[in-house]
Order: sequence, then structure tokens, then C-alpha cells
Amino acid sequence: MKTTSEQQTQKSKILESLLLKNTGFYIDDALESGMVLNIGPQHPATHGVLRLLVQLDGETVIGCVPELGYLHRGYEKIAENSTYHEFITHTDRLDYLAPLSNNTAFTLAVEKLAGIECTPRAKYIRMLISEMARIASHMVAIGTMAMDVGALTVLLWAFREREKLQDIMDVLTGARFTTSYTRIGGVANDWTSQCSSMLKKFLEEFDHNLDEMEKLLNTNKIFIQRTENLGVISAEKAIDMGLTGPNLRASGVEYDVRRAIPYLDYDNIDFNIITYKEGDALARYFVRCDEMRESAKILKQCLDKIPQGPINTHDPKKVLPRKADVYTKMEDLINDFMIINFGINPPVGEIYSSVENPKGELGFYLVSDGSGHPWRCKIRSPSMVTIQSLPLLIQGHMVSDIVAVIGSIDPVMGEADK
Amino acid sequence: MTELTEKKLKEKFSDFITEVIYFRNEQTFIVNKSQILNILTFLRDDPELLFNFLIDLCGVDRAKRNDRFEVVYRLFSLKNKQSLRIKCRIDENDLNIDSVTGVFGTADWHERETYDMFGINFINHPDLRRLYMPEDYQYYPLRKDFPLLGIPGSIPLPKK
Amino acid sequence: MGLESAFGEGFITTQIDALISWARKNSLWPMPLGISCCAIEMMAAADPRFDISRFGSEVMRFSPRQSDLMIVAGTVTYKMAKVVRKIYDQMPDPKWVIAMGACASSGGMFRSYSVVQGIDLFVPVDVYAAGCPPRPENLLAALMEIQKKVDKSSVLQFQNNTMIEPPVVNK
Repeated sequence: MKTTSEQQTQKSKILESLLLKNTGFYIDDALESGMVLNIGPQHPATHGVLRLLVQLDGETVIGCVPELGYLHRGYEKIAENSTYHEFITHTDRLDYLAPLSNNTAFTLAVEKLAGIECTPRAKYIRMLISEMARIASHMVAIGTMAMDVGALTVLLWAFREREKLQDIMDVLTGARFTTSYTRIGGVANDWTSQCSSMLKKFLEEFDHNLDEMEKLLNTNKIFIQRTENLGVISAEKAIDMGLTGPNLRASGVEYDVRRAIPYLDYDNIDFNIITYKEGDALARYFVRCDEMRESAKILKQCLDKIPQGPINTHDPKKVLPRKADVYTKMEDLINDFMIINFGINPPVGEIYSSVENPKGELGFYLVSDGSGHPWRCKIRSPSMVTIQSLPLLIQGHMVSDIVAVIGSIDPVMGEADK
Repeated sequence: MTELTEKKLKEKFSDFITEVIYFRNEQTFIVNKSQILNILTFLRDDPELLFNFLIDLCGVDRAKRNDRFEVVYRLFSLKNKQSLRIKCRIDENDLNIDSVTGVFGTADWHERETYDMFGINFINHPDLRRLYMPEDYQYYPLRKDFPLLGIPGSIPLPKK
Repeated sequence: MGLESAFGEGFITTQIDALISWARKNSLWPMPLGISCCAIEMMAAADPRFDISRFGSEVMRFSPRQSDLMIVAGTVTYKMAKVVRKIYDQMPDPKWVIAMGACASSGGMFRSYSVVQGIDLFVPVDVYAAGCPPRPENLLAALMEIQKKVDKSSVLQFQNNTMIEPPVVNK
């Protein structure tokens, strides 16, 4: 039996922080005290391993403290011990719903640090895969949000569209899910005509299929009543809490990294930034649906404009040479050996580079000390920042609304826990 | 725009700015850690600069004898589409720095993560506890003297 | 209780075993412990293309009390290990475990301070599915291996021999 003093010290800090927070609600009846509910790490609707401690008054949420760390794999420490090329495979597993987008983000950061630029053809291929990843990720977001609210059919239709995209990725990169496709200086394989024809066939049917899915949800009274005026956040508060991506644009702030700090070749592509004013869960759903249509538009333009040419720049000290040359030519063999074993050795300095991931702004802060390993690699993950604003969003709502709010802000724990 | 920022910061806080670095079109200021709250408030509220978005806050272990750690802030101005980096050096013997949660609400969890990984203490933080590691973990993982494979036995495993 | 101890391994009991195993293996209800990227491929195994419900595993019960197969999909960290063990303990017998993916089998590509190098350090595993992540067809092949294992098992081996002693009233 533990003594009371031992019990006191064992009372965990997370419970203390939950119960001592000043929330502004007060309980009138002395007999009715708040209950602490643990929405545990293993739960069908928390989008991964997220633990929420929720303080309830009846069925209303008074306070909430999220706990992360159940998927902390130590990426930043692993990055300090591996070369830049080796870390590309790790970036796949960050936001595991859109792996191609993470690969693009990391290789853009390393190229900025090393001072090299990829070829025009590689730029268009990277834009194509980023937009395909965006459509795939938003499909899962809408599907799981609808499933959490109760509409199961939409999830199966969304996965059907995602399977078509994963077939294209299979033909292009060799893997349907964790691809590790981009390389420093370009991409690994070339974009073939088979990929073009598959993508054209997908785009022909895509608008019609998305219309069918929207017909089930957009005017559905149950869906609208469950998500309207839920988790409202104003534009100033959203900027203060650091939200980015569709969550910020649903509150009315027009901030898209593709237009603010243009990367790849997004300047020459014509697309709109979607914003809605209300800032509730329904607006976030609409932003994602419309963004998918914009991505389809970008894909059509990129398919028309893609130039011919090499897919990797020629820089012997930094870019891996072609495998056929490695087996036949002496200099390429030596360069390949040096790059794989000792790394690319960028100059001493630090940079920050970000892209517009489907979940928000994914940024890499790389500090280099001149050797082949990064000295520090900090991953600015959008999901961690969105989960930070979760207590603000669900205060005052019911327990069953928690699930709808989490579905609408769409966090991914692989990214939030790094 | 970058010249305007440098001019305004230097005329107001000239004794506290140690260095200005330009690398790959990015601007970095190394400042004294005692004035960090005033500098960030000034950058956020100035009507021409308007750096109202804190994108990132992290710590770096420089592994040098003096000023071992560094806290890096990245700011962005939504109006001018301009970004900026501010760094503060912290010595190993005095691991305290002011928390900027009063200026930017998003700094809350970033500072908790920096405390978890490096052990840097943020004064006036509303709720400073570990973010990723278990609550009673005794080490700071991202310091350079902590091994990649960890310390065996530091977190217990359930029995088979 | 009396039947098994009196008759032993005879003709009737092996036929009853075969019937029960046939019923069990064609209706394995999985409990998906989806932790990270492998969970997405597990969801893809349940979508209309790689139908998992043709094997009888239509209902993915998220409650451990109602399932008999635990699929651990994803990287297990030291912080999460306690939770996985608790859920394994909450499942009623008979139960089987699939370790899906490289991370659950052996720690995967993450050799760091917070990742458990394989869940077989604290949970008995029946089938390992390799891949990072394994394709949905791979998961279905692992499910078929479990079905073969169920086929060979008998009813007798799942008796709970560690029952708590009932309280003795009049000693």
C-alpha cells in the first residue's frame, strides 16, 4: 500500500496541468464535479496514436490536454547520424499519407543548402508528383472525416480514387506507398508515356467521381448539422497559433507557400488559392474539396508543359551518377563511392526551406558544418502546430464533436511526433 | 526590405545585436538573450515590418565550450512576404531564457519540445513539461553527448 | 471438462477439433492496432480492391474484448509498448498476433533511442509480415498463414491453466 505522500508525488504532471487550467467555465452544483475522460492512444478515430485527456462537465468539454510522443522515433537524432541521401528514405515516413511531397520538400532544402538546382524536366516531374500526393492525401482526409461523422460510403469511394493514383506511383517509382523517389539534383526514374496516359485517364474520370462524392455530403442535412459552427477559429487567432495550410485558409487568410515563396515552377502555372471565411469544420471540408479540383487543373497544365531533357543535373561531387555509367566509367565509379560513403559536403551555413504540404507548411531547417552529415535537421511539422490548437477548438462542445473536429483539422501522428 | 529591417533593428537595439549574417538570400540576426522579448514584440508590432507569424522555434547544440546552446526563431511577415531568423546564444551554466508565449501563442509547444530535447529552461512558460519523452525521463536526447541508441534501461519494457 | 480428460485424443474429439478450427479460421476478427504508416496499408487491405472480408475478417473490431487476432501495424516505441501489452492482455483466448511490417518485427529502419527493436520482446508473435510497408497482398498472405496455424490447433491447448484459486470459505 502506498502512503499518501507517495501517492501525491506519483500524481502525474499531465493531470495537474489539466485540472489547474483556467478555463472560464464554472460549475454551479457542488455535487456535480468534472470528470476526466481519457481518449487513449489506441482509438479508432484519433487518426493515429494521440492521447487526449478531456475534462467534462456532463457531456460538455471544459478543458483538454493532448499528449504526444507515442510515435516519437527520433528523426532528428537519426538525421545527425546519416548522410543527406540516406535521410531521404526517412522523410517518406513523416507525413505518411503523401510521401512524395515530403521527399520533394527535403531534396529542395538540401539543394538550397548545397547551391545546386535541378533540371526543368525534374521541376515539372516534382510538381506533378506533389499535386498527385495532394489529391491522395485530401482523399483520405475527406474519407476519414466522413467516416468519423458517420458516412461510411465516402471512405470506400475515396480509397478507390487513391488506388488509381497509387497505381501510377507504382509504375513511376516502383513502390505504391513509401516511394523515396526524389534525389539530390533531380529524380530517380524518368516520367514515361505510360504514366502520362494513366494520369490522363485518371483526370478524365476524376471530376465526375468527386462530384458523386460531394453529392452525398454537401447538401446532406446530417453532415451539415454535425459540422457547421464546430471548432470555429478566427483569422487573428489562427495566425497567432501558427496554423498553416487548409486550416488557415478556411479562416480567411490567404497564405499559400506556393504563391508566397514560390518554389519549383509554380509561378508559371495558373491556379487559385481557395479561402473561406467561416473558419469552422464545414469550411475546412470545402477548402479540401476545392483544392483537389485546383490540383487537377495544375496536373493538366503540367502534363502539357513538361519539357524534354535530362532528369538529373550534372554535378559530379553532389549528384549521384547513372547506374549504367557507374558500371562502365572510372570517374563515375569514384564519384559514386565518395558520395555514398562520405556525403555531399555542402558549405558551412544554415538554411530553412518550406513547401506547401497537403497538411500545411512543412519546413526543414538544416545546419551544415561542412561534412556529409547535417549538424542539425529540424523538421517544422504542420500537424504538431494544429494539434496544439485543439484545446481551443473543442472547448464548449460535446464529446462526440471531438471526433468531428479532429477529422476536420486532419493531423497525422507520424509528423507530429517526428 | 531586408535593409529596412536591419536599419530599424540596429537603430533601436544596437548594443544587443552581435552579428548579422547573409547566406543564400536569408537574413540572420544574432542577438543577446536578455532582450529577446522586446525585440520580438517590436518586430511584431512595428507598422512597416509586421512580422506577425512565428514559423519555427528550435534549439541547436553547437558543442563548443562557451555558449553551448542556441535558440533559433524564424519569423514571417504575411503582408510583406518577408522572412527573418533571430538567434540567441545560451551558455551551459545558465540555461534560462525568456519565454515568448506572450508574444506568439504558437511558441508554447515549440518551447516544450526544446526543453524536452535540450534541457533549456524557459522562464514564465505556462506549462513547461516534456512533450515527447515519458514524464520521468532523466536525459535530454538531442544533446550531442547523448548516444543515438539511447541509454539501455532508461525506459522499462513490459514483461513477456 | 470431464469429456477431454476421460476420452483423450480419440476420433470424436479430433473431428470436433476440426469443426471448431474450420469455424474459427474462416471468421477471424482482427483488432487493428494501427500505429503508423502500415495502418494505411491495412486500411487499403480492407478497401474494395484487396478485399479482406472475403477471408471472413469483415469486421475490424476496435475493441480488444471482441476480437481474436491482433495486427500490430507500425513502429512501437517504448512509450507505446505498455499500451500494446495491455491491449494484448485484454483479449480473450484464443488469440493470435501478426507483426505487420519491418518496424513491428524488428525495429525496422529506426535504430534509435526510443524505438523497441521488435514487438516479440514483450508479446508472443505468431506470424511476421515483412515489408516497409507490406503490400496488402502480403498482409493477406500473413492472414492465410494464421489460418493454417489455426487449422492445426486443438481446443485443448487454449484452456486457461492459470486460473485464480477460488476463495476457501470453511477450512
